Amino acid sequence: MSALRPIRFTLNGRPVATAIGMHETLVDVLRERFALFGARESCGQGLCGCCTVIVDGRAVSGCLFLAAGADGTRVETIEGLAPNDRLDPVQEAFIECGAFQCGFCTPGFVLMTKQLLDENPEPSEDEIKHYLSGNLCRCGAYPEIIEAVRVAARKRKSGG
Amino acid sequence: MSTTAKAGQVGRSLPRLEGRAKVTGRADYIYNLRLPGMLHGKIFRSAVAHGRIRRVDVEAARQVPGVHAVYVSDDIRRAIANPYYGPAFHDQPILAIDKVRHIGEPVAVVLAEDPHVAEEAARLIVAEYDELPAVTNEVEAMTSKVIVHDVLKPAGTFPDLKHLEGRKGTNLALDFHLRRGDTKKAFAAADRVFEHIFTTQPVMHTPLEPFVSAAEPGDGTLTIHTASQSPSFVRIEIARLLGWPENRVRVKTAFLGGGFGAKLYIKLEALVAALALLTRRPVKIALAMDEQFFTITKHPSTFRIKSAVSKDGRITARECEVWWNGGAYADIGPRVTQKSGFTAAGPYDIDNVAIDSYALYTNRPPAGALRGFGIPQLVWAYESHTDMIARALGIDPVEFRRRNLLRDGRPQATGTVMQDAATGQVLDRLVERMGWSRPFDRGQGTVKRGRGIAIGFKASIAPTTSVAILNLYADGSCALYCSTVDMGQGSDTAMAQIAAEVLDVPAETVRVVHPDTDVTPYDMATLGSRSTFHMGNAVKHAAEDARAKIGALKAELGLPAGSNIPVAELFRRKYGMQAGNIVGVGSFVPSYASPDHDTGLTPNATPFWMVGGTGAEVEVDTETGHVRVARLINVADLGTPINPRIVETQLSGGAIMQLGFTMQERMEYADGQLLNPNLADYKIPGMRDLPTRIENETVAATQASGPFGAKGVGETATFGVSPAIANAIDDAVGVRLMDLPLTPEAVYRALTKGGR
Repeated sequence: MSALRPIRFTLNGRPVATAIGMHETLVDVLRERFALFGARESCGQGLCGCCTVIVDGRAVSGCLFLAAGADGTRVETIEGLAPNDRLDPVQEAFIECGAFQCGFCTPGFVLMTKQLLDENPEPSEDEIKHYLSGNLCRCGAYPEIIEAVRVAARKRKSGG
Repeated sequence: MSTTAKAGQVGRSLPRLEGRAKVTGRADYIYNLRLPGMLHGKIFRSAVAHGRIRRVDVEAARQVPGVHAVYVSDDIRRAIANPYYGPAFHDQPILAIDKVRHIGEPVAVVLAEDPHVAEEAARLIVAEYDELPAVTNEVEAMTSKVIVHDVLKPAGTFPDLKHLEGRKGTNLALDFHLRRGDTKKAFAAADRVFEHIFTTQPVMHTPLEPFVSAAEPGDGTLTIHTASQSPSFVRIEIARLLGWPENRVRVKTAFLGGGFGAKLYIKLEALVAALALLTRRPVKIALAMDEQFFTITKHPSTFRIKSAVSKDGRITARECEVWWNGGAYADIGPRVTQKSGFTAAGPYDIDNVAIDSYALYTNRPPAGALRGFGIPQLVWAYESHTDMIARALGIDPVEFRRRNLLRDGRPQATGTVMQDAATGQVLDRLVERMGWSRPFDRGQGTVKRGRGIAIGFKASIAPTTSVAILNLYADGSCALYCSTVDMGQGSDTAMAQIAAEVLDVPAETVRVVHPDTDVTPYDMATLGSRSTFHMGNAVKHAAEDARAKIGALKAELGLPAGSNIPVAELFRRKYGMQAGNIVGVGSFVPSYASPDHDTGLTPNATPFWMVGGTGAEVEVDTETGHVRVARLINVADLGTPINPRIVETQLSGGAIMQLGFTMQERMEYADGQLLNPNLADYKIPGMRDLPTRIENETVAATQASGPFGAKGVGETATFGVSPAIANAIDDAVGVRLMDLPLTPEAVYRALTKGGR
């Protein structure tokens, strides 16, 4: 395998440095170097959304995104969403609406929902389905997830 | 009910206790596990469906820098002399021995500190096989000259498999027969006879957390961390393989990222156990998504069903012949064959029934339990068949079902008298919600609309045992020790609610200790919608035992029974400081009588019945064959819900999963190869595949023997989905599909052959 290469990036608001193999993905590095397990590899093809990570403000599939590409970027993971244990309105809405079962896909859905509402504060049901169509939930909590997005939108509008 | 419901903990729609952990990404899964000095394993798999292994060349893999070891079956035998496992048959080798029996069967394994190195090295392994003809169809397997196993090796656990010991020259892993009344006579006297054959396709559970297990060697002990639904079984089976007492094997689980029946019995646990003993290091194997498809699947099936019907629309006899494609290793298939088999005639009151249900070995990946344990395959056939009869007789499909419905107080095919099975209520509420008697919009132009219903039922599992421990600590807080695995169904929350109800404390304050066989007591497994009923009863008993011991402590301290002195104060008075425990223990073993070997009859076939019905409204595009499910209504009898909100998500989620198995999912084989073992080509339902409306309802019912009137729910909404949609398609366009899935292509092809 290849030699290690140093990279630096901002992880959930804090500057970090590590050395990576060129074959390593962002999910590998988050898990192995930073003990962050919220972004998870599942399908390994960028189709299920379980590995969603925000890089420079855009959601990426962490299982396909080579860690080398994170050099110099701002990386945000689900673990950064609730600093000081204060939940984001999206997270609160997911709990209130029972919008998950096994929870394995949940961080991906939460991050995508947050990005959706940043772009479109009052999405229609069709817009929600379209935006979240790249995230899969095998437990089938979709109706509750759609409801959670609506509740989260209301919470954000009313300031929390 | 013996318990006062002052706290009102049961019946609360309490959000899941682990909600915060799940939305923050901090929930504990075995996927997350890292152990010091851990090696990662990558499995090298068979590329042929059936063949004798001529040679496995692992030299190139061994030479890869960073590779710790490469092992084949001979190496495994150094750790485990007789490395065959399985819950029904000891038929499955840890790594293939002499022969491979299905595509993707594990043949060798590479270990490295870096999983990428292991993966790279596994690609360098070369295996050569003398290919053998393969048998892949379940009906052909009955008579095929291709024999998957030379000798049958029943595990000895199940009495109805013992007669198969040592049998040669057969692919039959169980034949279950039921005979009630005189079907021959009834068919001879029938006004009309209907006979149809239905099939279901191979599909896979695809839990989003793929199979993952790790083993950690100790000083004469072994700890297995595994994403398993059956930690108690894993301990017993690993101890048997090693010839160790149970107390030297410890099995721990965490939250599961989905299970659905996939993560039962032994999957990777025996392999990591052997590897940890061989290397004296912790070993973890996490499968990639594609590997799951080679590990366990849902039984494809063929069902020939034949009914005798009188002029007035009464079913007088039914003959069922079901062939279950169990794949190369039996896993729990023989139980599917028997447990589901005896309900194959459906929830109908039929005097004369003959059922033959066959578990077959084939050269396909093994099949096991998948959310319904065979029931969805059966309901698919009998509810399509029932609808076809009603239509042929010109009787409204609802009316025809009402005339024949099996109701409480009447014997089911086994002879067991139905009790607490709200079949009538489920049908009534379904019909009411659908507005069945109101005019229905039939669509216009090239888009036709139709509606259909289906109702199914399932027996629960027995014989079976659950044990729970409720530990009250010195400050009055408590923990519940139970081996039920929370794989998303919300069992932690439900069990906490049951314990809290008894102890009159908020459910949020009950800590649920996750399965750890060194700590939590025995439970058969988390399967078959059994936990709420079986473990729920055990938890209730444990909490009642703890409560009785609190009462005894009060008496010992000379306090009146009704005194409301806090538990912490009781401990302080007894021990003079914050110290001590009160340990409540409860167990539950339901009464049960196994079916007679020859007739399949029994007076007590099941601890309880689950009843589920589905109604569907569909829109069929006659130009493309595309079917849109406009409305999907699921109505269920699950007794009295412990947590109504979680129950609804279970119904909704179960129906959506079954919708995938109905409309789109199929493992595609060509030239012996599986073409689509990935989520790009094997499409599970996403947001875009949802019905326009999905509605769920629980009928008002009570399971008298359940904890606070409750029973299981995890599988119930899967029963009726497939036939309800097929019946609706027939209603819309007059074509009858008899093979799953109901793809646009299948609908279109049927339309080109005729239809309205």
